[in-house]
Amino acid sequence: MTDTERAISVVVNGVPREATVPVRWLLSDALRHGLGLTGTHVGCEHGVCGSCTVLVDGQPTRSCLVLAVQMDGHEITTVEGLSRSDNRGGQVLHPIQEAFRECHALQCGFCTPGFLTTIAAGLDARDPSVEITDEEVDELVGGNLCRCTGYANIKKACRHAAARMRDAAATDVEAAR
Amino acid sequence: MLGGDPHPVKPAPFSYADPGSVEEALDVLTAEGEGAKVLAGGQSLIPLLSMRLAAPTTLVDINRVPGLDGITAGPDGVRVGALVRHARLLASAEAAGVQPLLRRATANVAHPAIRNRGTTVGSIAHADPSGEMTAVLALTGGSVTVATPGGRETVGWGDFFLGPLETSVHGPAVVLDAFFPALPERSGTAFAEIARRKGDYAVCGAGVVVTLDADRRVESARAAYLSVGLVPEVHDLTDAVGGQPVDTADWAGAGELARGLVDPDGDLHASADYRRLLVATLTARTLADAGAEALARMEAA
Ligand SMILES: Cc1cc2nc3c(=O)[nH]c(=O)nc-3n(C[C@H](O)[C@H](O)[C@H](O)COP(=O)(O)OP(=O)(O)OC[C@H]3O[C@@H](n4cnc5c(N)ncnc54)[C@H](O)[C@@H]3O)c2cc1C
Ligand code: FES
Ligand code: FES
Repeated sequence: MTDTERAISVVVNGVPREATVPVRWLLSDALRHGLGLTGTHVGCEHGVCGSCTVLVDGQPTRSCLVLAVQMDGHEITTVEGLSRSDNRGGQVLHPIQEAFRECHALQCGFCTPGFLTTIAAGLDARDPSVEITDEEVDELVGGNLCRCTGYANIKKACRHAAARMRDAAATDVEAAR
Repeated sequence: MLGGDPHPVKPAPFSYADPGSVEEALDVLTAEGEGAKVLAGGQSLIPLLSMRLAAPTTLVDINRVPGLDGITAGPDGVRVGALVRHARLLASAEAAGVQPLLRRATANVAHPAIRNRGTTVGSIAHADPSGEMTAVLALTGGSVTVATPGGRETVGWGDFFLGPLETSVHGPAVVLDAFFPALPERSGTAFAEIARRKGDYAVCGAGVVVTLDADRRVESARAAYLSVGLVPEVHDLTDAVGGQPVDTADWAGAGELARGLVDPDGDLHASADYRRLLVATLTARTLADAGAEALARMEAA
């Protein structure tokens, strides 16, 4: 009735995977050690810093606070999966990734994967035509720690990305006319 | 492929079961005995495993048990199932309509990523006196439904919380839901807390309910505090403001009364005196807001 290892099937960054995992593996262990997806960074390993945040079925989730075995049947997106392929064999970064580059929103980069996954999910879930408020930005970044940047440029990147997504949505509306 | 060499991991070895019903969960808990623990959202338990402050021999994951994820809001109150995540309760307009403290308090529970996974009932079962929902259960006079091999019973909050991280439930048991009674007529609520970073556990927090009489005078004023005692505490502050017109009530006096009633400990983040000061300030502030809300609700009705 109880197991110390389990076979699971998950979809990671769009790719279906089957595997047998020790039940005491955290999702972060499975991603980093099992799949070599070392973009997911592990800082505190008890939920406080946010650097390990990934998307589980699209929802930001601390990968250090769920067991890999619990992910059976779920879809996981890590920072490696935030970009989209274009139709010429290249990759298009998510607007928040572009904005981090433009706004110098990272220094050492340790915290960056957790910020990117959290903010990307938050921006994707909101109505892009509505201007983002300072409160929304605070809520987007408030659960993640950064020891380098002082947050100012991370918040600037959020506003940049939101503005870019608003312009893109407006262009789509124009094009549809 | 996943798998391969098991790399060093933080939690000590345990075995895992994910039963498909409450009965099956109770069977596993009974068979595995003392070392078995229920796993809900894992947002408190998994850190304890990683720090090896807890080393259960078996985790009984209830996430696949059907029928535990409902929020039922009725005229009497709101029943929240064991698998309702903080984020869902926060988003429930029906729940907030019946008992506004649910949304107000849940907004202060942890960070969004943790609210996506952690459960409201889990935080009550965890019985952390710094938790918002333990305080709200106490303030509203709520209860939990506990399933054991012997049957199901309702346990009032006062009999449930025994100490920090300690409840009256021992042996194989699953908390099925928590029930928060509705806000009475002519009443208003407020909730506020001071935390070092928004979403962190509060250094001190207060939730209050103010009820007015038909003449817009204060009929009762009650407050619950977090991070000031060993279990959630509810204090009746009516003595300081009872019978006073709501727009001129001595809320600061009620804050002073509360300051004398609590007996917090000091720790790394706040001395006992500083916590008492926060109790006085947060009480005065929240009572004023709750009084104004009670008045607004009366005028709207
Ligand atoms: C960084 C961080 C910040 C946080 N900040 C806050 C905060 O500000 N306020 C706050 O209240 N919480 C906070 N939390 C904790 C969070 O709210 C948890 O979700 C909650 O305390 C526990 O719920 P869970 O579903 O995750 O339970 P779990 O972690 O799965 O379980 C916790 C305990 O309760 C028991 N349990 C859980 N559900 C049941 C059940 N149905 N029946 C029987 N036993 C059960 C488990 O056996 C375990 O002992 C924070 C957590 C983290 C990591
Ligand atoms: S490593 Fe998961 S939150 Fe810090
Ligand atoms: S860039 Fe170094 S921690 Fe954030």
